[in-house]
Order: sequence, then C-alpha cells, then structure tokens
Amino acid sequence: MASVQYREIDGRSGAYRALLGALGALVLAGLGAAWSMEHQGHHITGMTNRIVWGTPHVFAVFLIVAASGALNVASVASVFGRELYQPLARLSGLLALTLLAGGLAVLVLDLGRPDRLIVAMTHYNFKSIFAWNIFLYTGFFAVVALYLWTMFERRMNRHTKPAGLVAFLWRLVLTTGTGSIFGFLVAREPYASALLAPLFIVMSFSFGLAVFVLVLMAACKWTGRALGDVVLNRLRNLLGVFVATVLYFVAVHHLTNLYIARQHDVERFFLWEGGIYTALFWLGQVLIGGIVPLALLFGTSSRRALAAAAACVILGGLAQVYVLIIGGQAYPQLMFPEKEVASSFFDGVVAAYAPSLPEVALGVGGVALALALTVVALKVLPFLPKSLADGDVGSAAA
Amino acid sequence: MNPDRRQFLGWGAAAAAGAAAVTTLAPGFRLIELAQARSPQEAASALQRWGLLIDITKCADCDACVTACHEENGVASLGRPETDAQWIRKVNLRDQRTGYAQTLPLMCQHCEHPPCVDVCPTGASFKRDDGIVLVDKHTCIGCRYCVMACPYGARSFVHEAVSGQKADVPRGKGTVESCTLCVHRVDRGESPACVEACNKDGGKAMLFGDLNDASAEIHGRLKSEPSSQIRADLALNTGVRYQGL
Repeated sequence: MASVQYREIDGRSGAYRALLGALGALVLAGLGAAWSMEHQGHHITGMTNRIVWGTPHVFAVFLIVAASGALNVASVASVFGRELYQPLARLSGLLALTLLAGGLAVLVLDLGRPDRLIVAMTHYNFKSIFAWNIFLYTGFFAVVALYLWTMFERRMNRHTKPAGLVAFLWRLVLTTGTGSIFGFLVAREPYASALLAPLFIVMSFSFGLAVFVLVLMAACKWTGRALGDVVLNRLRNLLGVFVATVLYFVAVHHLTNLYIARQHDVERFFLWEGGIYTALFWLGQVLIGGIVPLALLFGTSSRRALAAAAACVILGGLAQVYVLIIGGQAYPQLMFPEKEVASSFFDGVVAAYAPSLPEVALGVGGVALALALTVVALKVLPFLPKSLADGDVGSAAA
Repeated sequence: MNPDRRQFLGWGAAAAAGAAAVTTLAPGFRLIELAQARSPQEAASALQRWGLLIDITKCADCDACVTACHEENGVASLGRPETDAQWIRKVNLRDQRTGYAQTLPLMCQHCEHPPCVDVCPTGASFKRDDGIVLVDKHTCIGCRYCVMACPYGARSFVHEAVSGQKADVPRGKGTVESCTLCVHRVDRGESPACVEACNKDGGKAMLFGDLNDASAEIHGRLKSEPSSQIRADLALNTGVRYQGL
C-alpha cells in the first residue's frame, strides 16, 4: 500500500469556515460555562453532594473511551496487518488524539479547583487509579504522536508496526484504567466489578469506531473524495461485531447481579423501577444503542443506514455512560441493610439530578473542541487519502 | 571530652534530677501537672488511635452534636440542603419488617484503611498517624473521587464561596471536606465538639478516646461490651464504633 496518496483538505470554502466557526462558538460556550462554574461554584450546576459527577463527566468519559477506540482502525492495520485499513490509519490516530484532548479538557475544567492542575501534575498518590490515569492519558498522547510520525515520515515507516503495537497495548491499559475508576469503587453496589474494565474496552471499540465512521464519511463527502463500498462494508461488519459485544458484556454484568441476592435491589432499580435511568437503559442504551444499530448494520447495506447506525451507537453510548455514572450515584449507598433510612443528606432515597445548562455547555464544548481540532488538523497535515475508491483499495482487500 | 563540657553535663544531670524530684512529690501526684496536649511541633503518633464509641440506645431525638459541630467548624447552611456541606448528620432508621426505629449520628468513620485516601490522586486525602482522616486543603483539586469512594456519604464538596471561617478550620470553595474529629481540639487535649455537646445537652451517647490506650474508658468498653462498625463487610476497621445498632 505504499501507493496510497494522502492530501490535506483544501479548507478555504465558506462551508469549512462556517463549520469551524460553529465549532469555535461551541468551544467558547463551553469555556464560558467552565468560567462561571469556577467563579460561582458548582452550586449553579445540577450536581449535589449525592451526585458529585454530573453531565460533564458523562461527556468526558465518553470522549476518553471513544478516543482509545478510535485508534482501533490503525491498530487493525499496523498490528494485525490488514492492509485494507492502512489508508485509514492516519485519521484513526488523529481522532484518538483529538477525542482525548476534548475529553480531558472537560474533565479538567469541571474540577473544583482547575487552577490547581499543576498540583495534580506534581503530587501523586500511586495507589489511586486517577493518578495512574494522568500518566496513561499524557503517555497516550506521546505514544500516538510517535505512531503517527512513523506513518507520516517515509524513513520511519518500517517502525510503524512496533509503534502501532505499543500504542495498541497502551490503549488497552488506558481503557482498563478508565473502567477501573468505577470498578475499584467498592462502596457502591452498581460499580465494584472487575467486569467494568473489559466492558469499557469493548465500549471503546464500539463508540470509537462509530465516531470514526461518521467523521470519515463526512470528510470524504464534504471534500469530494471517493469512498468505496469495500472499505465501508468492512467498517460496517466491524461495528456490528463491536455493538453485539457490548450488549453481551452488559447482559453478563446484569445477569451476574441478578443471581446475587444482595444485588437484587440494584438490578430492580436499573432494569425496572429506576425512572429515567431505567428508561435510558432500555430505550437509550439497549434499543437505540444496540438493537437498532444491529438491525441497520446487518439488515440493510445502504450508506445512510451505516451512518444512522453509527449515530445511534453514539447516542446509545452517551445514554449508557449516563446510566452508569449518574444512575450509579443516584442509587442510594447501602449502609444499613433491612432498614428504611432517612436523613438531611438524602440517605436512603434515589438522589435527584437534572443536567444544568453550564454542564451541558461544557460537555458539548469538549465534543466541539475534539471536532475542531480534527477539522484544523485535516487542513494542516495530509491525514486523509486522496481516494478510498474500491479500485484504489481493492487490491489490498482481495 | 574537655573538663568544661564534662562539668556542664554534670550540672545538667543534677538539674534534671532536681526538677524531677520537685515536680513529682509522689507517684501520680505532681506539683506541676504535665501538659496533656501535644505541642505544635510534635507529630501525631501511631501509638494513639483516636476514635468514638456511640451508644445509639442513648442517642436522643436531638441534633445537639450536629449543631455543635457545624458551629465549631464554621459550617453554615445556605438553605440549599442538596449542596450544603454536612460534616455530621442524624440518620433515622426504621426496620423494614418490625418497624423498630432508631436514630444515630453519622460522620467520617476515620477508617484505618480509608477508601477516600486510596483513591485521591494527589494525596490530599490523608490519614494522620493517630488515625484521623483529613483533607489537605492546599492540594485538593476538587475531583470528588473521594466522595465517590466513601462508603458513608461522609464527605461534602464545597459548592460555593464560604464566609465566616474559623481560624483553626480552613475551608474553601471547590474542595472536599469532612469531619476532622475536631483535630484542632484533639491536639489541644480536648474532645470533639459533638461529643462535648452530646454529653452536655444530649443523651450522653458519645464517648471519645484513644482506642489504643488500655486505661482509656473507650478501650475498656470496647473490650467488655458488644459494638459494631457500619459496613464492617468492607473491613475498613473504622475508628467510629456503634453500640445498639
């Protein structure tokens, strides 16, 4: 595949500027939200002492998980030697970087003291998975940047495979770290499971590929580049397998809990009587994020169906992370078994939470930042192949 | 050793012996009482393990402990119960089957193996050698992971600017805080404010002391009477123990 030709996008059209302008406006809105949260305190948000991680964390975790998954296409090419994916590897690496940047920006700006970021960089408690994640995230930037360099620099091409392997292993560890943020929380019944680490890894495969597919289709369409069915059908099948795997892990998680008597109340909450969380689980996570995409991916072969499936995976993924993070906190902590509990701290009841405008603005701002960085990078460096037409990639696919 | 130095040491030894003879008239009876509090320079010691024993059969339907704590530590309500900081709260229990009702104060349990300390990325959550779990207000970045990890809902995030702070109790918007076991009072040799208030105005349900000190009342009662920990299944070895739960 040495013959693949890459070309920067033109980026001088009115539509390009309008897109960048719109994303920039959303980034500014996000920064404004962060500024007012920092100045006035988190009481202006929907977050409380019971729901301390709100909508910003939903977006941040989604973006970080998707970032590691977006790298998958490159890994399939470099590590597993599938040449069909080779022309897509640069965009894959780029999205991994930009999505992570967007997610981390949200995470940091939601801190109670974002001005103390330097403290987080200089004081470490190595028993904390959070502290490890600081290294895993920053290291990911370095590893993927190096990986991209081996792809861009012809003299470095022979190092692409080992660099890709390191990046692949790094991203597995990174997503394990992200899942373990919740998996290690022994005191909360909805979390505290080693299953969360592999669940997050398959979620990342699915969410990251969905974002990749949409960005690839949009970029090719808007810049008039050919995008053949061979590539798209491969991605279609891959996405289908990932979506099914996520559903499998979710099913195993809940089935295990249903078997354990002390987890019955948790399951009753999430699956049956948890109000908004139950609705988001069945309608958002399972139906829109799982069953509908599977039907679209395997039931039809149109491009529109693939794009719709990817969009559904993203919406369902956001619902899944929302149910996990917010629902997991809303469910009351078990301190006194067999007792009805009441207090001024709202012990024993499902905590109320409604996303506030600043939280949503900050979260959406992170998504906009990731996309804006992508849009700029595509103009500055040749990430996209000139053509992904069947004839240009067909030989590799055979 | 030169003669001058030897002579000086000799005088020093004589002076020390004299001082001991003057201040200790008989065993246990001193002319000058020894200071009980630690000096500010002296580090907390692992020889001690401060803790509470709360007999909830005596816990009255009052909130003297809550009022005293929040007054002592300058924790004021802003009328927003969902975001107001609560260092201690009264929890009302009712048995689901029998309807048996109880009430108890709940605060940081000052665990030997505190999950909040484990998860804190910067080490701002820490445990003193004497078992008191605290937050370093200078290194807390406000990530709230400790709030997620605490099994007792004992921690509060400061959601807005605070005023009327006490000199001994630093607080700050955007950081996490919880019961300090009134560490500033303990270091002066006093009891936590909640314990003092409970014994003065409440049901005399709370006892403070050194769990390691064989002569302390709390040690004796824990040795001779049944007690329990909340969420004992987590094996955190809490410094706060309950009776009658």
